[in-house]
Amino acid sequence: MRVSEDRLNAASFEELALPLFDQLYNLAHWLTQDRAEAEDLVQETYAKALRGFSSFQAGTNFRAWMYRILRNSFLSSRTGLKITVELDEESSESLLMENATPESLLIESANRQMVQQALEELPVGFREILLLCEVEEMSYQEIAETLAVPIGTVMSRLFRARQALRGAIRKREAGGQRGV
Amino acid sequence: MACDEWGEKLDRYLDGELTSAEAATLNAHLRGCAECTAEVLERVQIKRSVQMAGRRYTPSTELRSRITKSVAAKSRSRIGGRWRLVLVPALLVLVAAILLNSYLGRERAARQRVYSELADLHVATLASSTQVDVVSSDRHTVKPWFQGKIPFTFNLPELPGSEFSLVGGRVAYLEQASGAHLIYQIRKHEISVFIFPERESEMRGLSSGLVNAESFNLETWTQHGLRYFVIGDAGAEDIRGLSKLLRGAG
Repeated sequence: MRVSEDRLNAASFEELALPLFDQLYNLAHWLTQDRAEAEDLVQETYAKALRGFSSFQAGTNFRAWMYRILRNSFLSSRTGLKITVELDEESSESLLMENATPESLLIESANRQMVQQALEELPVGFREILLLCEVEEMSYQEIAETLAVPIGTVMSRLFRARQALRGAIRKREAGGQRGV
Repeated sequence: MACDEWGEKLDRYLDGELTSAEAATLNAHLRGCAECTAEVLERVQIKRSVQMAGRRYTPSTELRSRITKSVAAKSRSRIGGRWRLVLVPALLVLVAAILLNSYLGRERAARQRVYSELADLHVATLASSTQVDVVSSDRHTVKPWFQGKIPFTFNLPELPGSEFSLVGGRVAYLEQASGAHLIYQIRKHEISVFIFPERESEMRGLSSGLVNAESFNLETWTQHGLRYFVIGDAGAEDIRGLSKLLRGAG
């Protein structure tokens, strides 16, 4: 969603920002894990974006800009402050891949709820980058703009997030099998 | 090439972040490597399941309407504010211009019609063998003659000392109204003076002053509820001079 100068002049904030509402809310809820907080976050995001729209630079990515506002608002929120430290720790312990064979994981059988629970368990930084990549289908470049980090960091964080997710899914799979 | 080296590229491959050359090379490798293919499949599945699972929360309709309203209101007030400054006066001016134009158009048309009619009356009277019905240079003869013929009375000026002379008078009709038609003369030029009651007609609203109508000079004004027209081929000065005398007598 690169916005050209002309388009920016012609387009109102309204027509650029409102289509992002559902996605922004989804991410806000994933980040906060709480409906009321997510609603506050989305509302704050729109208010800030509206105020700062004049500073939005034409030719840059509007979606990344909006997500960055959402994210910064989240980080400065009460819930966000608690996890800021965690996000900064890019060099957290590496999550080793377990040796279980992929075939045994039976991801097809992993129902939606199980993946959702696995996502919930992830550190918020991992959850966030997975959502931006898989749900929002952002490019690495867009993610880098949104998170305000270099592309290299996007790739390494994404890699570790995926490892962590696979670990969480495996754990649940194993737990589920034990339960049967 | 060892599969370990592909490992870190698999995600980028699935995320569509490899160059087409890199992707082609990886494709070729995957065709011959069951291990990497299985790995890709698993990652695709996780990717898909995250995609599905990640679309989880939908905003309440209440929040939606709140956001929509606040954004719409702000954008409108911002854009509206700017536009209202320009647009509303512009529209008002436009509407006023249209109204004025049609009003002026009607006015102009009405005025032209009255002037043409008067010019016709003037010319027809001069061309007629019996120019006037009451032939007298004496205003005391002419004025009483109109009594009972027109529904109003008027005063005529005394003319001694001026170059104007009264030729006579007749009854004229304009816009279905009867009025007095007086003919004056100055240096062989004949000037018609029409006096009509100012009614709710097209005569009302005619601006006073000297105009050129159908190549005649014409001056018009209202006085005591009467509309005066002075028209003739005499010079503007003479028309003005006679008008002044009539106004003084009126």
